[in-house]
Amino acid sequence: MSQDILAGLAAILEEVAGVDPADVTAEKTFIDDLDVDSLSMVEVVVAAEEKFSVKIPDDDVKSLKTVGDAVSYIQRAGVAA
Amino acid sequence: MTTTPRQVVVTGLGAITPLGGDVATTWEGLLSGRSGVRRITEDWIEQLPVHIAAPLAVEPPLGRVEARTLDRSQQMALVAAREAWADAGSPEVDQERLAACVASGIGGVITLLTQHDVLREKGPRRVSPHLVPMLMPNGPASTVGLAFGAKAGVHAPVSACASGSEAIALALDIIRAGRADVVIAGGTEAAIAALPIAGFAQMQALSRRNDTPETASRPFDKARDGFVLGEGAAILVLEAAEHAAARGARVHGVLAGAGISSDAYHVAAPDPSGAGAARAVRAALRSASLEATDIIHINAHATSTPAGDLAEAVALRDALGDHLDEVVVTSTKSMTGHLLGAAGALEAVASILALRGRVVPATRNLDALDDEIALDVAVVDNRTIGTGAALSNSFGFGGHDVCLAFTS
Repeated sequence: MSQDILAGLAAILEEVAGVDPADVTAEKTFIDDLDVDSLSMVEVVVAAEEKFSVKIPDDDVKSLKTVGDAVSYIQRAGVAA
Repeated sequence: MTTTPRQVVVTGLGAITPLGGDVATTWEGLLSGRSGVRRITEDWIEQLPVHIAAPLAVEPPLGRVEARTLDRSQQMALVAAREAWADAGSPEVDQERLAACVASGIGGVITLLTQHDVLREKGPRRVSPHLVPMLMPNGPASTVGLAFGAKAGVHAPVSACASGSEAIALALDIIRAGRADVVIAGGTEAAIAALPIAGFAQMQALSRRNDTPETASRPFDKARDGFVLGEGAAILVLEAAEHAAARGARVHGVLAGAGISSDAYHVAAPDPSGAGAARAVRAALRSASLEATDIIHINAHATSTPAGDLAEAVALRDALGDHLDEVVVTSTKSMTGHLLGAAGALEAVASILALRGRVVPATRNLDALDDEIALDVAVVDNRTIGTGAALSNSFGFGGHDVCLAFTS
């Protein structure tokens, strides 16, 4: 499950910001490690909402520092839904 | 007491236009009299009274990820700026002495229209977070400034079809005032879409020669019936002469002066007396410390509208008097269509190359000169010129008049 989410996020990051999927691992931070700027991060979030059928409110986005944070968040949100 | 202003030289040129993806191809197109005007084949054109435009000859060569956060006008500006910068020798410049002046007449209108569709069809959560930076009219200046690390100021003077020339005029002022040593300056425009075409058509500003696109842009011709909307970008690297000399830069020409005035006559119609335009020409001569008799070539604004071309001819006679008979005039727009906010920058490039190569490209489609227009327009054959100075005019809706003066 978390591997599917990780792969899905990697595909989104490649599409939105040109990130090499091989670089997308749980401990990487979006901004410093993967060079995703704050505007592109919004695109990543919206694409993730659609792909995983979850809601990620804007206020929660700033807590998602690493890819692992996002995977866990999406996993929890998916279970809750 | 007067002091001689800092001399400003042109050390780099870049362009992406309806005639080609770079300066060399565009200049070859102008010299061979090619037309960039075509029939538009997309479905949306069918509802419109105008079916022709001058789109880019080649798409901007950018990667997918780089392109997706830039409006088309920004993509074109970036491509032209990279060419100009490389042409200038990719100089090592103190970033705090580097500025960017890149104008657009309309801004990111294609992004605005596309994202408005997204809002209506998919809702606000799907609107791109890149929307605002992509549609703002200073977006192209920001794109170029970021690409080259310009820290002495990033500017986007907006004056409709005079924007590109005004950006170059502003760059001249900035270097003369000592606020920067190098300025990346020019214009860009990407507005070939249904709404802008419908708007210009409603102003009765566009040619409706839908069946013969290549003949539609016919400046100074008796049968001209409006301009053809084009798209593209052109960028110049302008540099303080001493800065260029210190690094041994190759110099294309000298931006000798610029004049700016305004008609205060009508928001769209040119003043038929040409008074405002004539004042811009005189101001450019004064700024360049040139006499009317120094001028050997004029790259006219000449969009192919009935009123505009006539008013420009009147203005030139007013400003240059009898000497106008000795001046070779041309209209780049007869081949490229009207690039709006990029037009003045592209025509600055053409003016510099004409002086440098001592050849003025012939104006296309000028079969019969308007009886009321007394200009020596190069037609059919390109015209050889000597050494001297050239003027490039740009006028814009809003009553903007800008004239640039170049020497070789």
